[in-house]
Amino acid sequence: MPDSQTATIDGNEAAARIAHKTNEVIAIYPITPASPMGELSDDWSALGHRNIWGSTPEVIEMQSEAGAAGTVHGALQSGALTTTFTASQGLLLMIPNMYKIAGELSPGVIHVAARSLAAQALSIFGDHSDVMAIRGTGYAMLAAGSVQEAMDFALIAQAATLEGRLPFVHFFDGFRTSHELAKIFLIDDATIRAMIDQEWVHAHRRRALTPDHPVVRGTSQNPDVYFQARETVNPYYRALPGIVQGAMNRFAELTGRQYRLFEYYGHPDAERVIVLMGSAAETVEETVDHLLTRNAKVGLLRIRLLRPLSAQDLIDSLPVSVRHIAVLDRCKEPGADGEPLYKDIMTLLAEYVSTGGDRFLGMPYVVGGRYGLSSKEFTPGMVQAVFDNLSAEQPKNHFTIGIHDDLTYTSLEWDEHLRNDAMQEVKQCLFYGLGSDGTVSANKNTIKIIGGETPQYAQGYFVYDSKKAGAVTVSHLRFSDRPIRSAYLIADNEAQFIGCHQTAFLEQYPMLDKAADEAVFLLNSPASVDTVWDTLPRPVQEKILEKSIRLYTIDAYSVAAEAGMGRRINTIMQTCFFAISGVLPADEAIDKIKQAVEKAYGRKGRKIVQRNFAAIDATLEALHAVKLPESVTSNITLPPVVPETAPEFVRQVTAELIAGRGDSLPVSILPADGTWPLGTAAWEKRNIAREIPIWNEDLCIFCGKCPFVCPHSAIRSKVFSADDVKDAPASFKHLPIKGKEFTEGEHVSYQVAPEDCTGCGLCVDVCPARDKSNASRKALMMQSQTPLREQERKNWDYFLSIPEHDRNKIRWTTLKGSMLSQPLFEFSGACLGCGETPYIRLATQLFGDRMLIANATGCSSIYGGNLPTTPYTTNPDGRGPAWSNSLFEDNAEFGLGFRMAIDQHRQHAENLLQQMQEELGEAQTNAIIHADQSDEPGIFEQRERLEAIKQQLENSPHADAQRLLSVIDYCAKKSVWIIGGDGWAYDIGFGGVDHVMASGRDVNILVLDTEVYSNTGGQTSKATPKGAIAKFSAAGKSSAKKDLGLIAMAYENVYVAKIAFGAKDVQTQRAFREAESYPGTSIIIAYSPCIAHGVDLTHNLRQQGLAVKSGYWQLYRYDPRRREQGKNALQLDYKKPSIKLKDYYQTEARFSMLWRTHPETADRLLAEEQQAVLERFHHLEQLASLSMNPGNDAESDTTRNVNQEEAK
Amino acid sequence: MDLSTNYLGLSLKNPLVPSASPLSRDLDTARRLEDAGASAIVMYSLFEEEIVAEQNELESLWSFQDIGHGEADSYLPASANCETSLDTYLAQLWALKQALEIPVIASLNGITPGGWIEHASEMVGAGADALELNVYYLAADLNQTAAEVEDNYIQLLTQLKQAVNIPITLKLSSQFSSPANFIGKLGEAGADGVSLFNRFYQPDLDLDTLTVKHTLHLSSPYEALMRIHWIALLHGRVDVSLAATGGIHSVTEVMKLLLSGADVTHLCATLLKNGPDYLATILIDMAQWMEEKEYESVEQLKGSFSQQHSPDPQAWQRANYLKVLQSY
Repeated sequence: MPDSQTATIDGNEAAARIAHKTNEVIAIYPITPASPMGELSDDWSALGHRNIWGSTPEVIEMQSEAGAAGTVHGALQSGALTTTFTASQGLLLMIPNMYKIAGELSPGVIHVAARSLAAQALSIFGDHSDVMAIRGTGYAMLAAGSVQEAMDFALIAQAATLEGRLPFVHFFDGFRTSHELAKIFLIDDATIRAMIDQEWVHAHRRRALTPDHPVVRGTSQNPDVYFQARETVNPYYRALPGIVQGAMNRFAELTGRQYRLFEYYGHPDAERVIVLMGSAAETVEETVDHLLTRNAKVGLLRIRLLRPLSAQDLIDSLPVSVRHIAVLDRCKEPGADGEPLYKDIMTLLAEYVSTGGDRFLGMPYVVGGRYGLSSKEFTPGMVQAVFDNLSAEQPKNHFTIGIHDDLTYTSLEWDEHLRNDAMQEVKQCLFYGLGSDGTVSANKNTIKIIGGETPQYAQGYFVYDSKKAGAVTVSHLRFSDRPIRSAYLIADNEAQFIGCHQTAFLEQYPMLDKAADEAVFLLNSPASVDTVWDTLPRPVQEKILEKSIRLYTIDAYSVAAEAGMGRRINTIMQTCFFAISGVLPADEAIDKIKQAVEKAYGRKGRKIVQRNFAAIDATLEALHAVKLPESVTSNITLPPVVPETAPEFVRQVTAELIAGRGDSLPVSILPADGTWPLGTAAWEKRNIAREIPIWNEDLCIFCGKCPFVCPHSAIRSKVFSADDVKDAPASFKHLPIKGKEFTEGEHVSYQVAPEDCTGCGLCVDVCPARDKSNASRKALMMQSQTPLREQERKNWDYFLSIPEHDRNKIRWTTLKGSMLSQPLFEFSGACLGCGETPYIRLATQLFGDRMLIANATGCSSIYGGNLPTTPYTTNPDGRGPAWSNSLFEDNAEFGLGFRMAIDQHRQHAENLLQQMQEELGEAQTNAIIHADQSDEPGIFEQRERLEAIKQQLENSPHADAQRLLSVIDYCAKKSVWIIGGDGWAYDIGFGGVDHVMASGRDVNILVLDTEVYSNTGGQTSKATPKGAIAKFSAAGKSSAKKDLGLIAMAYENVYVAKIAFGAKDVQTQRAFREAESYPGTSIIIAYSPCIAHGVDLTHNLRQQGLAVKSGYWQLYRYDPRRREQGKNALQLDYKKPSIKLKDYYQTEARFSMLWRTHPETADRLLAEEQQAVLERFHHLEQLASLSMNPGNDAESDTTRNVNQEEAK
Repeated sequence: MDLSTNYLGLSLKNPLVPSASPLSRDLDTARRLEDAGASAIVMYSLFEEEIVAEQNELESLWSFQDIGHGEADSYLPASANCETSLDTYLAQLWALKQALEIPVIASLNGITPGGWIEHASEMVGAGADALELNVYYLAADLNQTAAEVEDNYIQLLTQLKQAVNIPITLKLSSQFSSPANFIGKLGEAGADGVSLFNRFYQPDLDLDTLTVKHTLHLSSPYEALMRIHWIALLHGRVDVSLAATGGIHSVTEVMKLLLSGADVTHLCATLLKNGPDYLATILIDMAQWMEEKEYESVEQLKGSFSQQHSPDPQAWQRANYLKVLQSY
């Protein structure tokens, strides 16, 4: 009997619910898209939810997936029911243990949200590259294709692993299934208990390692027996398919949902069959239905149990009539003669037929194809194309479907507009919103209302862009009376409802292409109902009239403001949707929204409830149908994505990615090795700031603080000759600059990039210059962007056209001076007020023209290297940071590799220079080899020398000339930077960081310490402070933050700095310069406020100040060079704590929430940390005061190294 | 000797009542106050503004962590089981009621009519014996008249009297054009008492950082003078209980205020400075003084030197001020 209880949840939650119910130990490590499974498990355990045996599973976050796998292995060996969740590279890190776990016949399930592997690039999206890479481990592999299956198969896998003793990887498609919201039938505890025989659990426990009946396991075997012992497991593998089918059958008896190892669907006499696994099978099934009604003899074979692969069961599942088979793999195995699933099928069919199997009329014609890599869409049109290919006289083999391959011509053509009959019964709705406006949460809420409160089925899938500030979200919602199988996005001409939550999107996204005829179009616009039509761009008007679209409008921001909801328009737009979409009767729907609001906020949020109710009621009055004219009236055209002046690559590739047309780009236009040009972010004008800073030059004191704190490099200063700007636009501001380092007649300008600024306001916050007669007026003031956009765009373009200031003339010791240098990191997609990016920008200003950056995976790799654009850019000479991301765990080693290569090249060059000394001239070669490159002029002169010698070499007949040319540039200083977050440096990459520090090689490690895993959503790291809540520390982290600085100092030959740019800017700048100049390993630990701290980042600088004043964050520099001068290496740059730690803790939700949830713990942890803060200062103060000259204690000066200037 | 007094219709064993302050945040401290002889306790204030800010913060944590990044739809674990300041307040009120035998007076600062009534009702539900309205409102609107300001207070009081059935007192600012007239009107509108006068956080300028900051300094005994003055003027002329608050540091101020006509005297700074047990010292000093001066009861001496009963009523009037000037 089907369980009647339903819920609208996503695939991660579906799998995690079963995992939590059926395990005792859960060891995890966060990785997209599997992180929510671990987080949910942790939440449930924190709430005391129990498994079916009555105990609360213990959830532990490890330092890496390798660590998680080790813990899983140990717990399994010790008899606990144990699971983990992972994806992608995380699964790969588990491989060594997986061989062990399977080899020891240890039952357990790893739930995998299958994801692409990093190859030419990282991708967080879904395919089977990861799971296909573990086929050899001995794990059973069970594939779920929908949210329902993710729950059902989680249980079937758990039952089968315990019965059959083989461990399982239970996987489902990352994002498509892991993040799709769907209405599914839940499995109750009784069913779970009925599926799991207690004797299996007892048997598992009996096998546990215990001193009460000891054994040894994990021995080392020799050639005499290893081989035979490896074969001992065969009976378990032979038995497992039967065990899994048995579990599926029992499950069917309990729930009514019958599954098979291989499930055929289609015409009983099908001649053409597609074989595949995962969510795409749902799309194929839909399309098979569509084709069956058109008398096509087609079918689908779903693979459920990929390992152990039961050949006979699979063959028996195929119709005898099959003539042509297309096996679709969601992965790529470069260089192979086919992808893994194709080869499995081909092999077993060949084996069957060649050994006399006669089920089919001869050997079916089997072709293999690749589809859906990195969540590439797989649509009914593509399914049709694959079937069509099978009808061809000679079907194409090793094809691709879903891309246009004009390089090696693998791709099949398909009809992009073909849709199947399933869509006829489905209501399809699209919503375009800002990440921060609550559109996604409102839509999730809508799905839950409809899924939970009505008999309808609901599906929700959410598409995000790659930005963190001003991110755009597109929500794809479907509702139907029947289960929804469509594992693809809503396409052109399909949406019956489109909601545009931001007016500006009309110019950026051709959203009405998606609209079906007579669709409802809801527009949030400040324009009145009578004038809104005239505000629409011409192409939008054309589509509305062409498709007879019904236009509704509301000024949601006004309604929100009046209801006291600020900029939160989610409930308002949701109300509009229910009022006009016809999905539910409007009155009923409005009641349900109100119920949902009450449920969400309850008594604790009564004022929020009241405000929402007021907004809901006001919405209905403010929502208007627009009476449409009969013809198009607008002259507003859509602006080009990038200007015509953009480089060709940017126009042809980057612009297409920005416009959302990347799917259409052919293979040949993309770089083969993942190499992309710099400087592309500057072409992506996002206009996300509502207000931008405007310079009141009369008040400016030219301190340089505003460009210094800007997270997006959107405000700059430049010094130039007044004569150079005679042709400046009238509104371009500049005035004479004073100072010894500037020459007479030089002017300065501070200019904002109006379309790149995010409006965070940090520059205004930091600005110290006030009008003496009116303190509310500062040298920088925020003003509305829209009226200033055109003027400031011209000013910005003009500013860029002014030559950069000569780096040789910059006084680098001052903020004012160094901020005159060009940032080679600009306009990243980082969050508003990001605490990390100012450090990176500063580094590029100081050293960008000679930097190589090894970037650990994390926020900095996403805003640094996620397409469509990169913020790294070049200077007028074409020099700039060379950037790469290897992995999460190996970044320090990766950067060390840079250094070793550079040093090798340089050594080689110097050897060749010496060998060619006679030809090139002794003075010149010696000058190069012994060049002093400790400052900018030194580097500049060296580059001049190298240019000169390169000219000589190009004309030289010497045998080594070309060799020297290939490495000569390495004689100019190169600066290696190893950049990453605390998740990398403190946890997964710490071993590498430690080893690199021990190497003493000349690299600079920059740790952007946000004190949590920021990119994956705020999980605890070992940098998380005591007393903070974070994911996996919901009850407050009880252990202290790891003191990475002290660990680094213990090496004694490592330069160490701990900095906070918002607390002491000059110390930050000094630390960067010292670190880079130090001829050994340097590490900078940089305090980086983050949204995960639960603080509005417009207060970023204030928070840094409080952190330092309270002593929570220490400022110091440890420079081993000082010891050579007989000085103490350590210099403290902060004073004794001057405020209570509580005064800082209370200002951030990560700390203050603990008082609301665990007040006694919060008090205790605060008290402990307060004491620790004082002790730490005392400790550091003493360290900094130690005499370095044991023979002369009189030299000891306790205040000498507590840098008085810095401590001010 | 009979130290008892009647305040807001409550019979109190003496006129020493710790005022709204952090003293009531801790049960042990509250018990020590009771043991030291406190006859009632006013709880610290519940600020509706704080509740609104807190709910906004919680709303952000519950519903608006998603910034539209595909790898994370939240950044902080935000338990719906968290305790809000309203929960904490009501729980503390309930706990105080369970732990103490003396009356507990809840204190409320609202910003919306709905908020005042809602939270007042909740305080009644949690066992409050009386309600002190901490009605500070900064009347800085150029277009708002004094009459309008006063009328808002009256309306609020009227609504609250209809909504709750426990005594209500208003803790007032001294900044009214005609305090006596206004307090009289409050009495007519149903106020059971007034507490004179509220002290507030005051903005200050930091000359180093050139920023505006908020400060609250503990009161000084000098501040008691204004309370003594106004209570002496009001005693017997308005039909409400009179509480004195602000600057009461020792028996000296207590006795002066009682003689002027206060029904109770609220203590705060002195207890924060000297500890809760100091209340017992004041009580002993009080009894000793009364004995020395041969008073039998608080009721006997209460208001005996108010303007109404003063041997020199003019001394409480403006002439007093003139004399002071002439004495220089």
